[in-house]
Amino acid sequence: MSHIKIELRKEDVDFIKGVCATFNNDPQELINVLHTCQEHFGYLPAEIQEVVSDGLNMPVAKIYGVVTFYSFFTMTPKGKHPISICLGTACYVRGAEKVLDEFKKELGIQVGESTKDNKFSLSSLRCVGACGLAPVVLVGDKTYGRVAPDDVRNILKEYE
Amino acid sequence: METIKLTIDNKEIDVPRGTTIYKAAKELGIDIPTLCYMELHDMNIENKPAGCRICVAEVSGRRNLAPTCSTKCEPGMVVKTHTPRVLNARRTVMEFILSDHPKDCLVCSKSGTCELQAMAHRLGIRDIPGAAYAAVSTYRKDTSPSIIRDLDKCIMCRRCEMMCNEVQTVGAISAVNRGFMATVAPAFEQNLEHSTCTYCGQCVSVCPTGALTEVNHVPQVLRALVDPTKTVIVQTAPAVRAALGEEFGLAPGTLVTGKMTAALRALGFDYVFDTDFAADLTIMEEGAELLDRLAKHLKGDKTAKIPILTSCCPGWVNFFEEYFPDLKDVPSTAKSPQQMFGAIAKTYFADKIGVNRKDMVVVSIMPCLAKKYECQRDEFSVDGNPDVDFSISTRELASFIKQANIDIKTLHDEDFDSPMGESTGAGVIFGTTGGVIEAACRTAYELYTGKKLERLDFTELRGMEGVRSATIDFDGLPVNIGIAHGLGNARKLLDDVRAGKSQFHAIEVMACPGGCIGGGGQPLHHGNSDIIKARATAIYAEDRKKSLRKSHENPFIIKLYDEFLGKPGSEKAHHLLHTHYFDKKKKIMIKK
Repeated sequence: MSHIKIELRKEDVDFIKGVCATFNNDPQELINVLHTCQEHFGYLPAEIQEVVSDGLNMPVAKIYGVVTFYSFFTMTPKGKHPISICLGTACYVRGAEKVLDEFKKELGIQVGESTKDNKFSLSSLRCVGACGLAPVVLVGDKTYGRVAPDDVRNILKEYE
Repeated sequence: METIKLTIDNKEIDVPRGTTIYKAAKELGIDIPTLCYMELHDMNIENKPAGCRICVAEVSGRRNLAPTCSTKCEPGMVVKTHTPRVLNARRTVMEFILSDHPKDCLVCSKSGTCELQAMAHRLGIRDIPGAAYAAVSTYRKDTSPSIIRDLDKCIMCRRCEMMCNEVQTVGAISAVNRGFMATVAPAFEQNLEHSTCTYCGQCVSVCPTGALTEVNHVPQVLRALVDPTKTVIVQTAPAVRAALGEEFGLAPGTLVTGKMTAALRALGFDYVFDTDFAADLTIMEEGAELLDRLAKHLKGDKTAKIPILTSCCPGWVNFFEEYFPDLKDVPSTAKSPQQMFGAIAKTYFADKIGVNRKDMVVVSIMPCLAKKYECQRDEFSVDGNPDVDFSISTRELASFIKQANIDIKTLHDEDFDSPMGESTGAGVIFGTTGGVIEAACRTAYELYTGKKLERLDFTELRGMEGVRSATIDFDGLPVNIGIAHGLGNARKLLDDVRAGKSQFHAIEVMACPGGCIGGGGQPLHHGNSDIIKARATAIYAEDRKKSLRKSHENPFIIKLYDEFLGKPGSEKAHHLLHTHYFDKKKKIMIKK
């Protein structure tokens, strides 16, 4: 799997090592460490996972396993306005997939990718607990309910 | 100990608290089927992720079926392992697993030894619903110098992950992704070659399906054998003779040394030699190094690295180069027997028979998959010509013999060729945990004390415990010996060495549980550790049968030093028989 190659600066490495130390370099705290790192860097590229592996003294394969298991974690940088489309059961049966397809078409990207200008990124998730509003779309912190494919262009316009 | 009474399939049993239903049933002779569960008894190796759900059973008072491998017995429990509900669920689970599995059994390299195939047969599966239209999830195939990963065939039993992480503490692979894309892979799904993999092959030896297999070098060997310009020499590792018979239906622990030699000759090898010869040679070099370091150490020389660590095992070498590069001047510099053999075959022996090394092909038969990688290391070749050209596993040899229409059971025993087929009992025991250091003690004792050993069987060094230690009395000098098999056990001893806490003078490490007899290239044990123990018994039996049991008494080794090498540790010996190690620790890239 190809991934974005980055080189960390010394202060980045120190930050990650510091996070690990905050959690006593305990491998059991991996998820907390990853949360904090993702909050800081916005995503978790391989290089960050390698430093975490060093800091918590655990195999990087295990860390990658956790990062790929939880959809919250991402290895690609999110856009300035991250778009999440709920594909939970309620949203799905009310046409969320068509909404998702419309976003893909409008932005020219797939799920898990960002636009070239890094303005938008696209992800899907499973249920935000607002099934009454299905289908639901999140852009950053803002929630849009009862979204139809025709609404997609207008939603994106708000962020131009 | 507190015991619990329960009923399984209408039979009562008392078991210690904490026993799983699966194990209790086994005691009653009830063999509950499973695909993921695996235990190597007495070796502290157990895999029970409760992932496959084949082992489910009905348990009184529980609404759902319980996975017996991970459900503990409780007092008064009533368990039923073959009700219509259980059988139906088991069949459905199996059908689901098969629905996402390739259907190329006919040409799969695991065909005939595949546990999934055997389970489909056992459960009487005759149809896979949806197979006609359902897509099977696919992954990229990955080939390394030793191991092929074909994860379309992975059923997520996670035995490989357990072996790699818990037993070996290598951590090269882990479960990654979710749903249909879930599989076991190295970090970032990179190639195994770029991971921390040591090629110990323990993942291969526990994989129930064709997901993990060895790289097959039989076609290249066949091509060399039919090439009239090539002189093809074969060497066989000690552990092979104690396991090869299993592939032909012989009981585990049946020694087939003579039949194997006959089969190799029938395959067309020009010279059938023995790695045991090189094992004797290893003892001469490693023994000399041990005594030299020990003498300096006793004089208070702080530059003498003590303990000395054995270096015969390529999985172990890969492990310390990756995880303990700071200690890379601690192991013996002696090459492994495989590589010593190649180095001598392509110099001394090539000269003797007047063959250019480029026209000589050296093939090794090994219980090991790391040997495939080892013989490809740059430092083990001269002008691009490797000392050992191809390394094939015990399993590959068995397949080769079958393809050549040789019925090994009817062959008459034959001897190895001379001179590189002559060995002592010390060379034979290299194949099992504790054997290398026992062989070293036999020689080092006599060289150090100048006295004859009264007792050759150092039984205190034998056994299957993961970490063992013993003190051998070198005529007043107590020599502390440590032994570890399995890389996780080795790590414990290495951590002590790194911390300067180690009390040992010499440590033997073998990467595989049981030593080479439990190697990644051996016939599959399918979770039965008795097979590995039977091989160890066979190895010691072969040792007892030998008239010579000390490496330094091997007349052909003595002759080799007289005619060619000079003495152990000589400049020539160093050039041909010793090596150096590299720092292979993965570095974190930091922007300047």
